[in-house]
Amino acid sequence: MSDAAASAPLLEVRGLRKSFFGVTVLHDVDFAMRAGEALGLVGENGSGKSTSMNILGGVHRPDAGTMLLEGRAYAPQTPKDASRAGVAFIHQELNLFPNLSVEENLFVDAFPRRGVFPFIAPLFIDRRAIRRATEAVLREVDLAIKPSTPVAKLSQGERQLVEIAKALSRQAKLIIFDEPTTSLTRPEVERLFSIIARLKRRGIGIIYISHTLEDVLRVCETVTVLRDGHHAGTAPAETLSLQKIISLMVGRSIDQIFPARGKPPGAKPALEVEGLTQRGVAENISFSIREGEIVGLAGLMGSGRSELARMIFGLDPFARGEIRVSGVPLTNPTPASAMEAGLAFLTEDRRGEGLLMDFSVAENTVLASLRSLAGTLGFIDTRKVNEVSRETARAMRLSTDRVEDTSAKHLSGGNQQKVVIGKWLRRQPKVFILDEPTRGIDVGAKQEVYRIVNALTERGSAVLLISSEIEELIGLSDRILAISKGEITGEFARKPFDREAIMAAATRLAGHESFSAKAAPERVSA
Amino acid sequence: MTALPPTTAETLPPSAARGPLARFGRLLLSEYFVLVLCVLYVAAIYPVVPEMLTWQVAQNVLTDMMPLLVVAIGQTFVLIVAGIDLSVTAIISMSAVVGASVMTGTGGYLGGSALAVPGALIAMGAVGLGIGLLNGFAVVTLNMPSFIVTLATRMFFAGAAVWYVTFHSTSSSIANLPPGFTGFATGSLFGVPLTVVVAALIAVLAHVLLSRTEFGRWVYAVGANPRAARVSGIPVERTILSTFVISGVCASVAAAMYSSRMQTGSPILGENILLDVIGAVVIGGTSLFGGKGKIVWTVFGVLFLVLLDTSLKLLGASLFLIYIIKGGVILLAALVDALRNRILVSR
Repeated sequence: MSDAAASAPLLEVRGLRKSFFGVTVLHDVDFAMRAGEALGLVGENGSGKSTSMNILGGVHRPDAGTMLLEGRAYAPQTPKDASRAGVAFIHQELNLFPNLSVEENLFVDAFPRRGVFPFIAPLFIDRRAIRRATEAVLREVDLAIKPSTPVAKLSQGERQLVEIAKALSRQAKLIIFDEPTTSLTRPEVERLFSIIARLKRRGIGIIYISHTLEDVLRVCETVTVLRDGHHAGTAPAETLSLQKIISLMVGRSIDQIFPARGKPPGAKPALEVEGLTQRGVAENISFSIREGEIVGLAGLMGSGRSELARMIFGLDPFARGEIRVSGVPLTNPTPASAMEAGLAFLTEDRRGEGLLMDFSVAENTVLASLRSLAGTLGFIDTRKVNEVSRETARAMRLSTDRVEDTSAKHLSGGNQQKVVIGKWLRRQPKVFILDEPTRGIDVGAKQEVYRIVNALTERGSAVLLISSEIEELIGLSDRILAISKGEITGEFARKPFDREAIMAAATRLAGHESFSAKAAPERVSA
Repeated sequence: MTALPPTTAETLPPSAARGPLARFGRLLLSEYFVLVLCVLYVAAIYPVVPEMLTWQVAQNVLTDMMPLLVVAIGQTFVLIVAGIDLSVTAIISMSAVVGASVMTGTGGYLGGSALAVPGALIAMGAVGLGIGLLNGFAVVTLNMPSFIVTLATRMFFAGAAVWYVTFHSTSSSIANLPPGFTGFATGSLFGVPLTVVVAALIAVLAHVLLSRTEFGRWVYAVGANPRAARVSGIPVERTILSTFVISGVCASVAAAMYSSRMQTGSPILGENILLDVIGAVVIGGTSLFGGKGKIVWTVFGVLFLVLLDTSLKLLGASLFLIYIIKGGVILLAALVDALRNRILVSR
């Protein structure tokens, strides 16, 4: 590649404007990037990141503005146009067919054909050509699996590499990553970053979208910040700090992400767990949380952190062990009996387990506390439902108070999370288990969640906090437990927490095994 | 005959052509959309079949509608939890023959006794309850799809009902039912037919249960997202089980209505109504994907289907033509449902 080509922009976007139903969501946004570089795109939810990427990917068409790809006008009408032009999109929810093999996934919309008879259009799928091509691109992403492996058998990280391989097999010039690290373990993240570095060396341009700003600063050469559909600033990554990016994102400076706690934890234990054991999931886990205390649980995905929470709340079975809530044993818990005892559980899967997406905010808010709303004869008073929901919405500072005719799916991620939290707070839980409470929500909403959690502890509730973000655990917790492969591998008392030691404990025992338990016999690292 | 298809085809589009698009959209989304359709349909068919608006026909419509309505109400519960109950017709057959075997004057278990009718009614209810429990348990504990479970119980009990009759009667059904029972179909309370009173009671009860109680909220939540319902402490299994029991018991009430009208306990009583039941509920607007549905909608759906049926019979349409038109209408209902969803999403 010549110098001239390398310095000319790969992609240039000028004056992009888009509105939906009269609401302008993009106001004259511009950005540009060169081949072989990564552009970080950050902003709160609703800042216009997704819309601009959907325009780039041919899903939406802009109302105004121009796009140039390698100096030529680029105006995709459909996602297929975008793909043909060399723009690939790696979505947050991966778009693979789990029931098909890796090779079938790579070629599902363009199977190479092979003819048997002359003069007749080739009719048969050329299996051999597919296999060869698949093996070649899998090598490029360091994925040592057979092309015939069903995608269902791959880990989340491996699936993402398959998506990247798919992009490579289409000769992508520009690959857009949307929140690529949310469901990856740390080693998988490291592997992804080394692949991204390799893609850049090959001259492929990367657009990297993430809420994890540390990663953005690490991966990208340039960072563009969007705010409310406006271009808030673009700067080389080395001149930016986290604080600077955040203040650009929210339009004001945030001195303290984690608000100060009002009251120290109490003395009485709220939740005690003793010898909790389930083969392959949890090994003799014991700990306790005092009233008003926040205990963080640091572990990788698959370490048993979510499984532990699900066992305590009665969603998953366990073989042995005892759970006590305020000293009262909770035997054979079911979600109903756990709730009766004073537990609440915010799951990591907000859409799948936290909310009824098609139902109204009001219906969601009261779902866990219906009995308290049933009057004489057990009838539920709809007016009362709406009233208490509006009250909760106000306390949670929800974006809307039209609780009865706004459905949950129309709220932003942060507001959805507030609905789930509000639903549980209506029960005034003694122990609140929060599994990834801030996943996929923006900085402002995160702060709101932290504020709510702190207020909760001031009322004497205990909190078990599970998070992939170590900064969040350190910022909020009074105590941190490290969990790895179903065992508690370390306990760390109040600040200053030793970040390195916590990470080490959380990845102890795990090592290479969790990294590639299923496939890849020998992996030669680059 | 030849004038028929255009006439029915006119029933939908006029409302679109007449008013502006927005008004049509609002009508589509309205709770009373299917009721409006019923009125429009009768108005459209009246010039061709003026008998439609006679007292006699109205009464026929009502009596035809009641057993269907009761079964459809039960089915509504199951559909809202995203299940389906195909066994309702077999439950009707089985309840009918078991009930008849209890009360028949020729060798019934309680034949001739004062307890014959109440005993038979209890037996019928027990059959519905039992098969409903069986369906529910298989779905909940064995985690089998309700389509397969109820298809199996449907075949099993449809066969069992015929077999059962061979032990109690020399003919293909069990006749000689006591007048106290057969009088139910013809009896009335303050001029309102008894079947209508019973069906109305059940409809009101079901409506209150679904819209005003904790259980009702459970049903909708489980249908919309069973995982989220479980995390929120809702007894998902118990809720699903209950809907199958409700459907079973409703079917046995319909069995009592049918056999009282036919004055015999026949094992092939409800054989042909399965698709009418599911079709009526879907025409009403209840979603096969769960989480959405109302008793009022089901009432309108059943009314529409029965009106259609009656008018076509009055026109002298052949059986196959009736099937073709009903099939078309159900397809149209599914289309309208899709259209409604699109309007709702774009708002």
